[in-house]
Amino acid sequence: MKLYDLAMVCRSKNAGPFQVTIDLMFDSAERYQTVLNSPAFTVETIGNLYQTDPEKVAIKPFERILTIKVVLARSCSSGSPLDSDVYGSQQHFPLGNLEIE
Amino acid sequence: MKESIRYLSLCGLLGYGYAPVSLKNALSGDLDFVGVDAGSTDPGPYYLGSGKGFVKRLQVKRDLELILPVIKEKKIPLIIGSTGGSGAKPHVESVLEIMAEIAKEKGLQFKTAVIYSDLSRDFLKEAAQGHLTGCGGAPDFNPDNVDFLCNPVAQFGTEPIIAALKQDVDVIVAGRCCDTAVFAAYPILHGFPAGLALHAAKIAECGALCARPVGANDSLVVEMFKDHFTVEPPNPQRACTPDSVAAHSLYEQPDPNCFYEPEGKIDLSNCTFEALSDRKVKVSGSRLVPAEKVTTKLEGTRLAGYRSITIAGLRDPSAIRHLSEIESGVRNAVAESANFVKENEYSLRFLRYGLDAVMGKLESSDYPLPQEVGLVIEAIAPTQEKADALIGLARSKALHQGFPDRKATAGNLAFPFSPSDFSGGAVYEFALYHITDLSLEFMPEIKVIQ
Repeated sequence: MKLYDLAMVCRSKNAGPFQVTIDLMFDSAERYQTVLNSPAFTVETIGNLYQTDPEKVAIKPFERILTIKVVLARSCSSGSPLDSDVYGSQQHFPLGNLEIE
Repeated sequence: MKESIRYLSLCGLLGYGYAPVSLKNALSGDLDFVGVDAGSTDPGPYYLGSGKGFVKRLQVKRDLELILPVIKEKKIPLIIGSTGGSGAKPHVESVLEIMAEIAKEKGLQFKTAVIYSDLSRDFLKEAAQGHLTGCGGAPDFNPDNVDFLCNPVAQFGTEPIIAALKQDVDVIVAGRCCDTAVFAAYPILHGFPAGLALHAAKIAECGALCARPVGANDSLVVEMFKDHFTVEPPNPQRACTPDSVAAHSLYEQPDPNCFYEPEGKIDLSNCTFEALSDRKVKVSGSRLVPAEKVTTKLEGTRLAGYRSITIAGLRDPSAIRHLSEIESGVRNAVAESANFVKENEYSLRFLRYGLDAVMGKLESSDYPLPQEVGLVIEAIAPTQEKADALIGLARSKALHQGFPDRKATAGNLAFPFSPSDFSGGAVYEFALYHITDLSLEFMPEIKVIQ
């Protein structure tokens, strides 16, 4: 199943002008754990999807509200000449397409 | 010594609006102060760089017009943070002008503490000597940028606002400051635990964004106690729940378990959220781990050129299929004709909405071609005149550019507007987004606005 279909909320937004954060919220502990424990859901895979160094990717689980936060480096800073998404609010793909076992 | 403090966060951003009923309900109990954050880096570097606000003057005036008479009548301070959107001097001055207009219209006067946060070139030169660390993924600071920074500011914490509060003023107009400083200064001044005060402030600065339905365009009432705080939207159409408040810790933050302010790290890992009613939530357990040395975040932008764009649509299937050939044809033709600008001084960009304008090369283009494509061609050049001329060239070349199997030989583009081209003005980029360990002092200046 695709991550976008597993998640109840799948959204992205700037965390400052140089990073983007993707929030994945789940409506069951089971789905939350499935994603968190999936071998496909790693900083390496995500770095590869966004063509960024895996060292600049962080996965931060927040179990209390069944949410996983992914933080990654922007390819260029918000609103700079190369940017195409000033608020970073449409950057949850390609992660949304990730197949979770 | 106060046992509790009750304050109102007017809305998520000054100018976004708030329901009059929210203000009325909030005033049904005593308020100690009203705060509102006015700043954000979200809309990009343009606003700091240009000195303009991203919320329009009439929006700001509406929000101030309702609250200013109230704070005068109740004799409580109004604290505005990151005034004018980015908090540099031109932003601060623009809001002081609006206040003067309201003072005149309503026959009021406001004793105002203004705290500027602009940085001098001398300070920046010193900071560039090894006292700047990239913040939130920013690359290393380029010292050559010192002379080119537009409106460099520091984002100060609670201290200057506490100093202003001690001067017994009606309004505090703060330059660029931490969102939390607006709401944490008063409780910290009155001896409330800084960890709780800062966490409450972090929630309050977004107005009713922590409520459901979410509303950055509405108010939030916070009550601070010595070992907890509560949040409740004064608008009866909204409610806070433990989950909605806890979820707010995620918003625009890299880590849901902690956040950092000049005062230190606010640790939320032992935080509890408890429903006191179906609309009010009690929060406890937030803790401050004080910073060993106070640091300050600095922000500044640099001019990257001037933008001009043209907007058009494509329907012809062959033109859509051959859009990349059209693009390279246009690039070559522009390079040949543009004798008024060097090739390394300008950039052209083709944003192909419907194909790949948003994600670019991150996603494969292995899907059926759409029936229509929206095209934005952008030129960035050293002057507006050159950018406009480049886009004029690019637009006419794109309209008539040949490609294989071309049947629609009269024109490739559907322009929705006449004129088809738009001057976009200056383009900036963040060049300073760094933490300094150097100490900075910001003193309130007292002005009477009448």
